[in-house]
Order: sequence, then structure tokens, then C-alpha cells
Amino acid sequence: MREPRWFVWSRRIGLTLLSVFALLPVWVMITTSLKPLGDVQGEFRWFPSTVTLDAFVDMWRTIPLGRYFVNSLVVSLIAAVASVVLALLAAYAVSRYRFRGRQLFSVTVLSTQMFPGILFLLPLFVIFVNLGQQLGIDLYGSRPGLIITYLTFTLPFSIWMLVGYLDSVPRELDEAAAVDGNGPMGAFIRVVIPAAMPGIVAVLIYAFMTAWGEVLFASVLTDESTRTLAVGLQGYATQNNVYWNQIMAASLTVSLPVVAGFLLLQRYLVAGLTAGSVK
Amino acid sequence: MITANPAPEAGPEARTGSTPVRAAPRRRRKRQWLPYLLLLPVLLAELLIHIIPMLIGVGMSFLQLTQFYIRNWTAAPGAGLDNYRFVLQFDEASGKALLHSFWTTVVFTVLVLALSWALAMLAAIWTQHAFRGRGLVRTAFLVPYALPVFASVITWSFMLQRDNGMVNHVLVDQLGLLDERPFWLIGDNSFYALIVVEVWRLWPFAFLALTAGMSSIPAEQYEAAAIDGAGVLRQVRWVTLPNLQPVNQVLLLVLFLWTFNEFTVPYTFFGRSAPEQADLISMHIYQNSFVTWNFGTGSAMSVLLLLFLLVVTAVYLLLTNRRRSADA
Amino acid sequence: MRLKRITSAVALSLAAASLAACGGGDEGSGSGDDVTLTYWASNQGTSLENDMEVLQPQLDAFTEETGIEVDVEVVPWSDLLNRILAATASGEGPDVLNIGNTWSASLQATGALKQFDDATMEQIGGADRFLSGSLSATGAEGQPPTAVPLYSLAYGLYYNKAMFAEAGITEPPATWAQFVEDAKKLTTGDRWGVSIEGGSVSENIHNVFTFSEQQGGSFFDEDGEPTFDTPENVAAIKQYVDLIQTDEVANPSNAEYSNGTEALADFANGKSAMVMWQAAAGSLAELGMAAEDIGVAPVPVLDPLPAGGEDVTSIVAGINLAVFENTEHEEEALQFVEFMTSTDTQIALNKTYGSLPSVEDAYTDPAFQTEAVETFKDVLSNRAAPMPAVPEESQFETLIGTAVKNMLAEAASGTTVTEDAISEQLAAAQQQLGG
Repeated sequence: MREPRWFVWSRRIGLTLLSVFALLPVWVMITTSLKPLGDVQGEFRWFPSTVTLDAFVDMWRTIPLGRYFVNSLVVSLIAAVASVVLALLAAYAVSRYRFRGRQLFSVTVLSTQMFPGILFLLPLFVIFVNLGQQLGIDLYGSRPGLIITYLTFTLPFSIWMLVGYLDSVPRELDEAAAVDGNGPMGAFIRVVIPAAMPGIVAVLIYAFMTAWGEVLFASVLTDESTRTLAVGLQGYATQNNVYWNQIMAASLTVSLPVVAGFLLLQRYLVAGLTAGSVK
Repeated sequence: MITANPAPEAGPEARTGSTPVRAAPRRRRKRQWLPYLLLLPVLLAELLIHIIPMLIGVGMSFLQLTQFYIRNWTAAPGAGLDNYRFVLQFDEASGKALLHSFWTTVVFTVLVLALSWALAMLAAIWTQHAFRGRGLVRTAFLVPYALPVFASVITWSFMLQRDNGMVNHVLVDQLGLLDERPFWLIGDNSFYALIVVEVWRLWPFAFLALTAGMSSIPAEQYEAAAIDGAGVLRQVRWVTLPNLQPVNQVLLLVLFLWTFNEFTVPYTFFGRSAPEQADLISMHIYQNSFVTWNFGTGSAMSVLLLLFLLVVTAVYLLLTNRRRSADA
Repeated sequence: MRLKRITSAVALSLAAASLAACGGGDEGSGSGDDVTLTYWASNQGTSLENDMEVLQPQLDAFTEETGIEVDVEVVPWSDLLNRILAATASGEGPDVLNIGNTWSASLQATGALKQFDDATMEQIGGADRFLSGSLSATGAEGQPPTAVPLYSLAYGLYYNKAMFAEAGITEPPATWAQFVEDAKKLTTGDRWGVSIEGGSVSENIHNVFTFSEQQGGSFFDEDGEPTFDTPENVAAIKQYVDLIQTDEVANPSNAEYSNGTEALADFANGKSAMVMWQAAAGSLAELGMAAEDIGVAPVPVLDPLPAGGEDVTSIVAGINLAVFENTEHEEEALQFVEFMTSTDTQIALNKTYGSLPSVEDAYTDPAFQTEAVETFKDVLSNRAAPMPAVPEESQFETLIGTAVKNMLAEAASGTTVTEDAISEQLAAAQQQLGG
């Protein structure tokens, strides 16, 4: 499609403005991480007058940043993948089938998002503790407990989003695959999933980021060894001082792998295989 | 009513209409269990982690579950509808504050939703077709989403400080747009400042969702429209938007619920207590009940919030589905 | 459908299991002779790791002495109350734990912590050993303490000696009138006489409470019923808000300072000459302030004190040590409490943390005989009052602290906050306390 000049220019200006909007705080974070603590709350300067890398060194000691990072990574990855797999199965059912209880299921699942987290917190904790005591399944203070919690948290939105994406994959694809001799699951795996890949990637990112950033449940369901980043970062706010520069340094550092992941994944947000596959 | 398909038609069974009658019932029964099987793991997880705790939460609203009884809930005295009565006293200060918080949240959510969606649509349209650096631009947009909330929101509060913040430095010292340094973290402006921060955090996700949605639009449709003489704007209106219908329907609902219940951003931005101009409902409920472990009142407020959101969702789904079947 | 019935059966049994078994529950963290105590320590040092470094030698000494192992976890402040909540509700928690002393009455109301009645107090060495001021913040009035004081803190008036010398002021102000006068002298150019953390709910309520005591007011009566809207309380809040609005000795921007560090940072950077803060020597050093410029005095009092007014210059701040009621190792837990409140341990820990020992004997150590410590000790012993020891304490803090924050915001943006307006806000806050 040949793009008219006004469009190209509006795009350049628009994307530049949006990029500035998105990245301006990142600049502030960078400069804050390079300042000595006393300067952080001082007068604003585009470039700090004193630059030091102390924060980047100290931040590993103030809290066990490495351990928290690994915990977060493991929990978020597993929760995200598990959530997407389960959500995909459920979304396929909701999108492609009419069955009794379909509406009830969808609305009930969504309604869980309308309740504040703290109300879930206590009953959930009590259930976990009792499961531990009665059945010996130790979910409190363990990674599996947190993983199960997070994958369930992200399921409702994941399912709803995936239903939307699957719905935009035309039924003709399913039928074409059935004609080729695939059962319903075969059609699903071979044709529908690749076609909905961009949506799946989007939901995967959503599920990962939700687990990555969750604070309330992590603060209660983890102990020293399983604590995640989102909670751990608050450990920079100690009794004596809040080490703003270390907070920024740590945040930037732990976000680098995530941004790298985004850079890799964003190329999957491209045209699926629908174009031209239905003749 | 979740008829999410653009062209509602009968399910797979219909395709087998040409098979003999005796085979059909067997096929139907065989097909029937598959969706349930697919839902089972989700159902189990949801039951354990969400549904049962939520029902317990609702049950708590009928108890006088204060800190005195938290240790042994089953002994908490029943409160009937007392918690609800206390919450709904609209002529008292507490009821007025709740109502004010509710309206503030409604306006907040609508504005944030509109802005985030608009920015996301623009960005998605502009990045729909490849150009040099598109990958970097997309990643740049997702960076706010990648940063830890705590750090990025605190950074915004630094930027919006009256004396030492970047925003006032630019507006007053460098650009000279204003004479006096305004407050952004307290006072009337705090509402708008919160909107900016929330949009900053939210629009990347909308952008992600829309980009993913747009990518499955077949190129032929654009080509056909171009042949028919449609320019960029027309193509957006007649090709992009209709194809995005299922995604948009879900996205807007999801963003609405998400924003309405937003807690972490105002909590961090305003340092644990919000100015009254920006008193969002989730924080309000927290400060007025959970902070003292008064789970009875807190649950009552939460149940009312849940009912409101359920109604909004139901109305929304009805409207969007009716419009869609009208279009089709 | 069979599947549906199975699912509902699973749901019901899960619900039944959780409801039936909640609220009780024991914690087995050791059996037979080898007892291991679980201890949730709070963050007192410069980092969680630093806390571990400080505590570990003490815990090792305890283990050597008694043979009891201690499994310590340093819990950040942001999580501690949530963890205690979860522990209370489920019955599964630590054996010993630190709590903020203002939480004492609320936690006491839950019954989650062991009461230190006379017999128990004797077991750990008796109540007389403790600073009377600190002991007053350990539970509701008329009830036995629910925890014992561990580290004690109080507010003081920090002042910049260099700036004082420049302005020709020889002594820190002792009365409020003197304080305002000095602050006005020190407010020149872009420097201000005093900085306050006006957007922070806890800082607001701590200061306003102190002023209310001076004015002769109180927020709760003897029965624990709220008495927010009284002329004395209004006067106390007005005293505080006037710093921005009429006296103009505090930067209006202070109204948005909410992250707990900004007012102190202003003081450290020389932007303000005075600040009312808890023990800040360590923080100020980290912020780069020269030690010789730092002076500390008690917070000024009203002179003359109004009828019913008390000579109070600070709240009783600090950390208490509590024993979880559900603990299986009560004996050992009490031994640990005794150890942590023993003179030697108190000296060692408080010296490192920069707080004040909560037992009298510890003050014989030379480390606690500096001018600053003497000032704080005197305040704690004689001129400090505990925050209201009522179960609704945290909601009280939130309501009044937020109301004051809103009033400071109005004053900062130019609206005059009248006594009627303050009275209205207090009445509204009181109404919200119910339920």
C-alpha cells in the first residue's frame, strides 16, 4: 500500500512524540540511578552534576537482588506459559463450541476480576495453610503456590482476550483443516494456533508481566528464599533511608532482560498465516 | 451472552448434516464432552484460587468480621445487612465520601480508557506496516509496561514534584508557559496527573493487544479497499475497525475493569493516601476498612462494587452484541 | 452432567475443609529436644542483609547459652503487617516477632499475641526494668502488655547549627512561640525555617497528636470512644497547618512530601533549618550532611500550657517484641524475649541501630551518654505520650492523617483553612470511624 505523504509525516511526528512520552521517565530513572543519594531529591537537572556508579554496585548487597530476580523469572515464566496453555484450551472451547454453561463460565471467570485482591488474600492463605496441614501439600511460602495463584489470576483476562483473537480467526480455517483430515484438536494445533499466534504472544506477555509485577500476594505467600522482585524492590525502603538511586538502578537492571524479551517477541506480532490460506 | 463470532451459526454438528440419523446423536454426544474437558483445568484452578475465596469473601460481608474475630472467623457474629447499611448511608460523611470516590473513579476510568485506546490505535495504525526501526519503536512503547510499577510510578512522582520536578522545570523555567509552579501531586491537578501516569502505564498494553489483533487482518481486504479508491482513513474505518471488533469488544471491557480497580498506581504515586480529588474506589475501600482489618465492611463495599461492575459488564455485552448482529 | 457434579463435589469439600480447619492450626517447627524458634525480625538497619549481620551474633550467643536455635527472617516493613494478618487468620505464624509499637492495641484486640501478665513479666525479668515511657505503648490501657519494648525511638527537633549561627540564634527554641520566631528569622531567600513531611499520613498524625496533647486535647476518651471534634484538637491541627499558611515558615511544597524522606532531605541539603524527626543521625550522614552541623533538641512546647495541656514533645515510638499466641514453644519463646531485653543485648543492638534501649540498665553504657541520646532519653522517659491504645488505631491514623494532608494541601494552594473547616473535617473523620 503506497502511503500518502501526510500519513508518513504524521506517523513520524506522532511516533516521535509517543516515544518521548514513553521514555521520558526512563531518562529520569537513569539519571537518578547515577546520582549520589543526597542529590536525588535536589534540584532538577537534565544531566546530573555528580555521576557515580555506586548505586549499581550497592544494590546487589542491600537486598539479595540476584535471588529475587531468579525467583521472579522462574515463577513468572512458568505461570505465564501454564496460564496461556490453559487459557488457550478454554478459549478454544468458548470460541468454537456452543455448550450449556458457556455464558455462565465466561461471566463467572470474568467476575473474579471485579473483586479487590485483599479479599481473596485471606481465604486463599487459609486454604493453602490447610492444604498444607491436612494433605501435606505445601503451598505456603513455596514457588508452586505462587505459580498456581498467578496462573489463576491471569486466566480470566487471558481467556477473554484469546476468545477475541480466536474469534477473528475465520471458521473457514477450521473447516479447511477438517477437510484435510484433521480432528478438531488437530485443526486447532496445526491451523488455528499459528493463525492466532500474535494474539497468543500478546497474552503471553500480559500473563508474564502480571506475574512479574504482582505485589500483594507475593508479600504474603513468599518467604525469604522465595521472595520475588516486585516485593523485594520495596526492601530498598529501609528504616533509615529510602535508597532511591538503588531502586532505580535495580529496576533498570532487572528490566533489561524483559525488554530484550519484548524485542525478540515483537516480531511475532506480525501477519499470521491467514493471508492466502483460505482459497 | 457471549456471541463472539461475527457470523453466528450452528456449531460443528451442523456440518455433519448429510450423515445418517443414527450417526448424528453419537457424534453430538462425542463432541459435547470436549469443551468441558478443555475447561476442566481452568475450572479447577479458578475454583480453588478464585471462586471459593470469593464466595468466602462475600460471606464475610454478612459477618461482623473485625480484628476481634479475624483469628476465628466461624465465631464472628452475624451482622446481617448491617455492614451494607453502614456503607450505604449517603447522608453521612462516610457515605458521601464513598459516593464521591465512586464518581471520581468512573470519570477517571472513562478518561483513561479513552486516552489509552486512542493512543494505542494511533500507534498501532502507524506501526502496522513495516518501516525501518519499527521493531525498536514497538519495543520503546512496551518499555513502560516492562518497568516495575513501584519504580516507574515513584519516578513520575519525582517528575511531578512542584519544586524539583522535571515537568515544572520544563513548563515554567524552560518553556515559560506558566508563571507559577503548579502542584501536581496534591490539589485539583492531582486528578489529571494520576490520569497521565495511568495512561502512560496502560496504553502500551492496549497497543500490544491491538497490534496483535491487526496482524491477522488479511492483506487482501486492504488491497480491495484501495482498489475501490479508499484512502488511509477510509481503510481504517471500513477494514481495520470492523476486523478488530472481537478484539476491541474484549479489550475495552478488560481495560475498563482493570482501570476501575486500579490500586497500586495511586497507592504508590500519592504515598499511601490519596488527595480527595483523586480518591479512587479501590484505595478508598482499602483505607476505610482493610487498613484496620475490618473485613466485614470491606467485603460489603467490595460486593457492592462487584455488583456494579457485573451490571456494567452485562449491559456492555448486550449492547455490543446487539450492535454486531445488527451490522451483520 | 457427571463432570459438573464432580466439580461441585470437589468445591464443596474444599470449602468445608477450609472453613472447618481455619482459625486453629498448630505450627510444628521442631520436635523433642531440639527446638527451633521462628523469629520475624523487622528491618531496623540499613538493609535486610545488614539486619542479618547485626542480629546473627546475638542469636548465636543465645543458642550457645540456651541450646535453642533461632530461624530468623528479616521482613521488610511493607510486608510485615500483611504477614501478621495472614498468620493471625490462619493460625500459622512465627514464634516471636517484632511489631511496630503503635500496632500493639490493635493486635492485642485480635488475641493473636500472648499477653504479658504479671507472671509472664516476672519470667522475663519484671516490668520495672523497662523505660516507663516505652512500656506505655504496649497495649490498651488497663490491660497487660501484649508485647515488650525492644527498640525505643522518639521525635526530636533537629536544627542546623551552622544556619542558626548565621542567623544569630544561640540556642534551639524551647517554646512554640520561640520556635516560630526563630523559624521566621531563618526563612530567607529560598531557605525555609522548617520542613515538614506534609503529605505523609503517619508524620502528620504523629505531629498533630503531640500538639493535641500539648493543647490538652485527646482523640479518644477513657472508654475508647472517639472524641475528634474538640476545640483542642482543632487548635492542634491549626498550629501545624499555620506553619504553611500564617507563619509561612514552611515551604508550601511540603504539602506534597509523602514518601517519608523529602523533609529530611531538605534539611540535609540546607533548604530548611529545622525538622521534627525520629532518630536521624544515620540517615543524615548518608545524605551527606556534616555531623558538626547537626543539633537536636526536644520539640518545642506551648508556653504557657493551656488548661489540661501536657508537657509532651513526642509520641512514644519504637519497636516491640511479641510472642505469637499459637506458638508451640512458649517456654523457649519467653527465654528468647528475656535474652533480647537483657542489658547486654539491648546495648549491642541499640548501639548499632541508632535507637534507644528500652531498659534502664542499658543507659550505663557510654555510647548512650552523648548529648543527643540524653535528649531523646529524657523525652522518652518524661515527655512522651503513646498514640491512642485503641483497636482502631490504624484507621484513626489514616483518617486524621489524611484529613490533615488535605488541609495542608488547601493551605498550600492559597485557600485559608479556618477553624470551622478543621472542625468539620474532624467530625467527618469521626463518623467514618464507625462500622
